[in-house]
Amino acid sequence: MSIWEYANPKKFMETTARFMPWLVGLTAVTLIPGLAWGYFFTPEAENFGSSVKIIYIHVPSATIAINAWIMMLVASLIWLVRRHHVSALAAKAAAPVGLTMTLIALITGAVWGQPMWGTWWAWDPRLTSFLVLFIFYLGYMALWEAIENPDTAADLTAILCIVGSVFALLSRYAVMFWPQGLHQGASLSMDRAEHVADVYYWPLVLSLIGFGLLFLTLVLYRTRTEVRARRLKALEARERMA
Amino acid sequence: MELEVADLACARGGVLVLEGVNFRLEAGEALMLRGPNGIGKTTLLRTLAGLQPPLAGRIDMPDEALAYGAHADGLKSTLTALENLRFWARVHGAGEGEIGRALDEFNLADLAERPAHSLSAGQKRRLGLARLLLTGRAIWALDEPTVSLDVESVRLFARAVERHLARGGMALMATHIDLGLAARALDLTPFRADPDRAGKAGAGKDSAGGAGKAARPPEDPFSGAEDLA
Amino acid sequence: MIALLVRDIRLAMRAGGGFGLGLAFFLIAVMLVPFGVGPEGGLLGTIAPGILWIAALLACLLSLDRIFTLDYEDGTLDLLATSPLPMEGVVAMKALAHWLTTGLPLTIAAPVLGLLLNLPESAYYWLVVTFLLGTPALSFIGTFGAALTVGVKRGGLLLSLLVLPLYIPSLTFGAEALRRGAEGMANTVPLLMLAGITLGTIALLPFVAAQAIRINLR
Repeated sequence: MSIWEYANPKKFMETTARFMPWLVGLTAVTLIPGLAWGYFFTPEAENFGSSVKIIYIHVPSATIAINAWIMMLVASLIWLVRRHHVSALAAKAAAPVGLTMTLIALITGAVWGQPMWGTWWAWDPRLTSFLVLFIFYLGYMALWEAIENPDTAADLTAILCIVGSVFALLSRYAVMFWPQGLHQGASLSMDRAEHVADVYYWPLVLSLIGFGLLFLTLVLYRTRTEVRARRLKALEARERMA
Repeated sequence: MELEVADLACARGGVLVLEGVNFRLEAGEALMLRGPNGIGKTTLLRTLAGLQPPLAGRIDMPDEALAYGAHADGLKSTLTALENLRFWARVHGAGEGEIGRALDEFNLADLAERPAHSLSAGQKRRLGLARLLLTGRAIWALDEPTVSLDVESVRLFARAVERHLARGGMALMATHIDLGLAARALDLTPFRADPDRAGKAGAGKDSAGGAGKAARPPEDPFSGAEDLA
Repeated sequence: MIALLVRDIRLAMRAGGGFGLGLAFFLIAVMLVPFGVGPEGGLLGTIAPGILWIAALLACLLSLDRIFTLDYEDGTLDLLATSPLPMEGVVAMKALAHWLTTGLPLTIAAPVLGLLLNLPESAYYWLVVTFLLGTPALSFIGTFGAALTVGVKRGGLLLSLLVLPLYIPSLTFGAEALRRGAEGMANTVPLLMLAGITLGTIALLPFVAAQAIRINLR
């Protein structure tokens, strides 16, 4: 039995139905303690104040925002190469989640940046890249909405996702030519001594895992809905034919 | 030269409309496609023209042998009749002489310098049909070629088709008008896809699982009978 | 293939073809800037490189809709798809025709509009150079966007939403190279990036766009 069996809608629905409740539970027991720990049980940083605590939302949402696009890219490639419908629908399902995560990252970033840098927004390369990512999500979703035939829409959005990824990378590189940059480096890295202090590290890791699971849960739920919507469309088409 | 279609299945907008279509056409033959509206005549012609992939079955003919004539004529209204034809002639590598012959054959010589927007619907159609002669292709696949043609023009068209057949060409037409040609008719009604077939066929296999009949088109994995709730 | 190029240019030049509209839009967009930011010459000169690039980009966008939509609606695209021309060639020729009727006139007009914006003297050379290197990418990216949305009724707005984000790298590098050039700074890297993007889009996007057209026609 190969992994591709799960690309069959029926198999996919059966399998996900079985472990959805577990996934929801797992998300709850990582996300809630992670955020609570970070929010209530970490000390205030001397030069950051309590605003530092937004890191437990900001960093995970930003991480998911980028990885959601990468997941869509992979799913699009799988659709184009292997024509598995569930893959295309998963890409479609992930887009609004990714969009929301991008928005959360942008808003929490602004809220955090205001006391830190004295401004809500700056055209810093990192911030700008997220704004660009945001409009890429918008364009991707708009194309899905605009095309009626689901297979055509899946093909064209997959192409857009791939071409868009290249241009998103180019944009990322392009804005690095700008002289200014306010945003600090990565908050988490393998060499953690350099970045956030230990007290903040573990709750952040827990929040990250929580957000990752939340993303997985939401995408699977949405994919299941999309599968049902496709099923409904197919049945309606049959009705019209009969 | 021949055109052979075997066990062809085609879909319109993702919905299977025709399956098991079989016919064969030899040089000098014409075939009239018949059947009620919506049966899939246009879909079949577009599939033969290579605009959409067949879901199953075989289409055997030489490469670049088919000239497709759609509902729309592909004319540019701001170009003159001659400019329109000259464009298609250059695309298909036909010479000036052939343009003149095409104009004559469809009685368009007097209209050559008129911009296409000033032509009547029937004149435009004739211009669209004249394009077929410039393609230099043997198989004409025409979708309702006689729409907006008057009696005289229909006769003109029928003669053009006859000459084409006499040259060893073939024609495949979706039309309800009798052109007075010695042509076979193919009723597509028996090939209408059964919307419940996918349901009966006990789905649950992905598109690759063609274990059943050899010519069975791959199933839409969402239209099967199983419960996806 | 040349026949297609000639036909597209001829269609653009004929009445209602839209040639000149892009140019007029370019002029108006640039002309509006002093009304918005005030007539102070120093400020205008500083922002002129960016303004010219953005206005050119928007002017380019204006005519993208026509690249495939008209041919799709009157059936030409179906016939071209069944013709001996490879779809990749059709797409490339259409993009080239778009550049010749939009990007090239914009490049020629840009220095004149630079005068209106008090563009510093040192910038004119770089203005023309960056436009020449950058505007072909705008046409090729736009053609790709037009290919994606050809089946969408009234897809003009969607087309802008899809294409504008893809213009960001060209815009950034183009304006940056122009700004640095005008200030006498080294601008080889952004210039090379600009040219690289243009070459990349010319080399690759026709294949992708052709595939998108085939998907849209089926």
